[in-house]
This record gives sequence, structure tokens and C-alpha cells, in this order.
Amino acid sequence: MNPVATPFFFYGLSAIAVLSAIAVIMRRNPVHSAIALIFTLLSLAGLYLMLYAPFVAGVQIILYVGGIVVLFLFVIMLINIDRMQREYQFNKQWLVGLLAAAVLGALFVAVYVKGQSIFPHNAVRFPEYRVLRLWRSRPYII
Amino acid sequence: MEITTLHYLVVAAALFIVGTIGVLTRRNVVIILMSIELILNAVNLNLVAFSRLYGLHGQVFSIFVITDAAAEAAVGLGILIAFFRNKETVNADEIDLLKF
Repeated sequence: MNPVATPFFFYGLSAIAVLSAIAVIMRRNPVHSAIALIFTLLSLAGLYLMLYAPFVAGVQIILYVGGIVVLFLFVIMLINIDRMQREYQFNKQWLVGLLAAAVLGALFVAVYVKGQSIFPHNAVRFPEYRVLRLWRSRPYII
Repeated sequence: MEITTLHYLVVAAALFIVGTIGVLTRRNVVIILMSIELILNAVNLNLVAFSRLYGLHGQVFSIFVITDAAAEAAVGLGILIAFFRNKETVNADEIDLLKF
């Protein structure tokens, strides 16, 4: 049983993940950032499901969305967000930070473009389903 | 068009860059911690994508990374609450008590 519409789901989930990650770092209200972080984590759980890692996807949803983001929301509730929404959102060395991140991105692009031979090019394999037949029982698919 | 491992690596690199920009440019400590979570998630996506090719070790290690992220968020937010009780702010530029 091959999965259907794999590129559609991959590009959709990746777009949701990256766009809501950008929303995490661009929003003024930290509550909006936490909500966007939830969307990033859920779409990453979908990508884990596409990579045949259902346990990691479940742990991602339970631990991250159910634990860490709730912790963030509690802390946002405890601190005073009215004052920090009024002041300037970026720090004094933001230009240097942006430049350093751009250099890091250029490094990634250079590695991925020039060093493509070191990366595996085969498509993601489908797991082979093995049928486990216990003694006198129905066959289980594992 | 088939989805290869390299596609997942590109998505993870994009998430890593976004998280790095968040850590380096924001002033709000809560959002800096959220950006650290984004970076750890990019690492997790890399690990799971490679575990599709090289066996299950990557998935096991990604569970450890998730545990580390949970512990780090708890400690960081605890420090943040303690700091907020002292100085009534969560601005990273004002945490300069050790600055000479």
C-alpha cells in the first residue's frame, strides 16, 4: 500500500512549519507566538508521520504541544506583557545578528548546492510490512 | 517528483535559520526560548530523516533531544520568572548585572 499525494502533503506541511516559525519570531504578542509555535510543532509531527516515525510524532504532540507550549503559556500569563508590547521588539545588535544568520544560511546553501554528492539522493524508503502470525491467531501486521 | 531526504534537510535548515534569527535579534526572553525550541526541532527533523536511511538510532536520539528541550524550557522559564520578580522586566538587554 503506497501512500498517496506525498509531495502535496510534504510541501503543505513544510510551508505551514516554516511560515508559522517566521510568525513565532515576528509577532509582537508572545501569546500569538506560542500559538504559531503550536502550528509549527503539529506540522512537524505530520512530517515525522510521513517519515514513518509514528512514535516520535506522538511524543512530539504529547510532550511539546501538551507540555512545553502549555508551560510557555503559563509563564506568559505570569509575566506582564502589556509593557513589553509597547517597547521596541528587537535588540541593539539586531543588524549583526541578522548578518550572522545570513552568513549561516549562505553556508547551508553552499553545502547543499556544492556538496550534493555527500547527501543521500535516494527517495525515502517505504518500510517493509512483515506479517506476524502467532500460533493459531489472526495475522498481525507490524 | 519524489521526496528525497534532501528535501527534509532543506526544511530543517530553513527552520534552523529562522530560529537563529529569533535568538539573535529578539529582546523578549520568552521568544528567545521559543526560538531555541525551533532550533531543537530542526535538529530533530534531521535526525528522523536520516533514521529513515540508517536505522532507528536517529529516532531514539530525537526522543532524548525532546527530553532535553523539555528540561531546558523548564529551567529557562524558571530563571525567567525569578528574574521577573526582581526587575519587573523580561528584556534581554536589561539583564546586565554581570556586565562590567
